[in-house]
Amino acid sequence: MIGSLLSWLTDPANWSGSDGIPTRLLEHLTYALMTMVIAAAVALPLGLWIGHSGRMRWLVTATNAARAVPTLGLLFAASLLVGPVLKGDAAYLAPSIAVLVLLAVPPLLAGTYAGVEAVDPAARDAARGVGMTGWQVLRQVELPCALPLVMSGLRTAVLQVVATATIAAYIGLGGLGRYLVDGIALGDYPRAAGGALLVALLAIALEGLLALLQRRLVSPGLTGRGRRVGGSRNDDESVAAEANARTAVAPGGRPGTSS
Amino acid sequence: MIRFDGVTKQFPDGTVAVDDLSLTAPTGKITVLVGPSGCGKTTSLRMVNRMIEPTKGSISLDGQDTGRMKQSELRRGIGYVIQHAGLFPHRTVLDNIGTVPRLLGWDRKRTQERSRELLERVGLDPALGDRYPAQLSGGQQQRVGVARALAADPPVMLMDEPFSAVDPIVRDQLQDEFLRLQDELGKTIIFVTHDIDEAIKLGDQVAVLRVGGQLAQVAEPSYLLAHPADDFVADFVGRDRGYRALQFQPTPRLPLRSERTIVLGEQPAAGSGAWLLVVDEQRKPLGWVEPARIGSRGVEDADLHRGGTVARAAGTLRGALDAALSSPSRRGVVVDDSGVLVGTVLAHEVLSAIEDTDRPERDEEDPVHGGAVALAEDGA
Ligand SMILES: Nc1ncnc2c1ncn2[C@@H]1O[C@H](COP(=O)(O)OP(=O)(O)OP(=O)(O)O)[C@@H](O)[C@H]1O
Ligand SMILES: [Mg+2]
Repeated sequence: MIGSLLSWLTDPANWSGSDGIPTRLLEHLTYALMTMVIAAAVALPLGLWIGHSGRMRWLVTATNAARAVPTLGLLFAASLLVGPVLKGDAAYLAPSIAVLVLLAVPPLLAGTYAGVEAVDPAARDAARGVGMTGWQVLRQVELPCALPLVMSGLRTAVLQVVATATIAAYIGLGGLGRYLVDGIALGDYPRAAGGALLVALLAIALEGLLALLQRRLVSPGLTGRGRRVGGSRNDDESVAAEANARTAVAPGGRPGTSS
Repeated sequence: MIRFDGVTKQFPDGTVAVDDLSLTAPTGKITVLVGPSGCGKTTSLRMVNRMIEPTKGSISLDGQDTGRMKQSELRRGIGYVIQHAGLFPHRTVLDNIGTVPRLLGWDRKRTQERSRELLERVGLDPALGDRYPAQLSGGQQQRVGVARALAADPPVMLMDEPFSAVDPIVRDQLQDEFLRLQDELGKTIIFVTHDIDEAIKLGDQVAVLRVGGQLAQVAEPSYLLAHPADDFVADFVGRDRGYRALQFQPTPRLPLRSERTIVLGEQPAAGSGAWLLVVDEQRKPLGWVEPARIGSRGVEDADLHRGGTVARAAGTLRGALDAALSSPSRRGVVVDDSGVLVGTVLAHEVLSAIEDTDRPERDEEDPVHGGAVALAEDGA
């Protein structure tokens, strides 16, 4: 089994042409990217606004409930509904992306909202108190402080979308799901397993990339990765190291040592 | 000058937090709002920078009605310090301090220079500038909060229990530094606390509020201690007020006695009495020794009794009395401003000096506002 999987993966014939791995990978990524762009355009502003204003919180709960709807059923329903209206590939693409967006919005929205909501009220109060406008409070304080949770919402959403984008193949689209659907239909199990493995690898790679991005974007002041007394950096992200970083500060940090 | 004119705040739920408050905070002075929890101190303070809008009445800044100014501009011109500092956790200490200058459009370089300058001003090690708030102690965070409020050099500062979240020793230190800073800067400050001792120590003028948001009395601290307007104020000001009032009485010329002294290493001369004062080369007092216990050897550091406090000749009667009371020899040590011994004084001599001083005169017509800081210099 492993041997045939390996030989499928390493067969040069599978690495070229319109059913080749690079093409399918690119298709898969394109679906995921389109989905995330649309989902982010909806969920980020909405989450920021709900968190900032404290209004319409019920919406977060409501979208979370939408996660319970079976994806595949929704996809078929959507394509039946939209299919006759749209032409060509769009007839398949639009419902697929719509279903994926529906999947991506809840974690993004919840993460963004929770992130803004969790901002220290004293910091928010101070932001208003020093004379920031509502927009400046959001942009300069709430958003940067919310980033860790926004990013974890984003990571969850990306994982789900990349894994679930395989269903697009059920209604005739491309992507890595093709290998799964076709492999199962043809009884070509190495192909199906290869497809599944590729999806998993893609998800892991994207997860790693996003983790790096998060590290770059989120202020060290929020993660405990800031400079320590000695001026060295603690780049270990584990919780234990974080706790250490905090306690290591305390002894040198008595007030008045400098005055 | 900040002026409250018949200001009332009623919250939507019906709570009257501030009730018809009229009060003036004179330019360049510290006005402290003090009172029990829930008496409307924070609400009053936050109405000045319009974090809360008054229901009735008006507040003016140097004659200008704040209700007519643009909120964000009004706030950028007022330093605001809150209880737990409220630092921005994602910004470094320097960037926190530079918040208002950046909002005002200063360039990065000028903001950085100003932030560094303030860091030192509030007594923090410049090396802390690149840290994040989570890496600072509570006292350090509080200092950064003060530095942030001072950054754009606003003429007015609002401070809401800025020192209440730190331990008593640090608090004392922060208070002293705050007073030193205010000596240099001369801001118009409204300072909120629920601690009457802090109010008395820091305030040029103290306004006592009672629950329900009414002004019970506003007066200079010495007046408040001498003439509380009613039972509530008297109760709130607390016991020992006679003794505490002494800290506002400048020391008159005390009958100082000259004191025989000795330097470390010297041997006490015969017949030096029960107690001998040890000084250093500059004649700054170090402590008392008992010659009888030393015998015929040099005085050592370990022989010193350091229990006594030292009073400044230009200090207060409280300091002089305390020096006498705390001295093992019963003779209170008095020094000049540079710490050099000028003589000693006995407790009964301080007491007779106290008997000769005048108490602030009571204003019979207006017991509530009678002792407030005179406003002549404001032309108000
Ligand atoms: N947003 C609000 N809505 C309703 N009531 C409020 C609101 N804010 C404050 N209050 C009430 O107004 C009164 C005064 O509150 P305020 O915070 O000014 O008191 P304080 O003197 O600062 O008290 P503390 O010393 O405890 O800080 C309290 O009874 C409080 O419950
Ligand atoms: Mg308060």
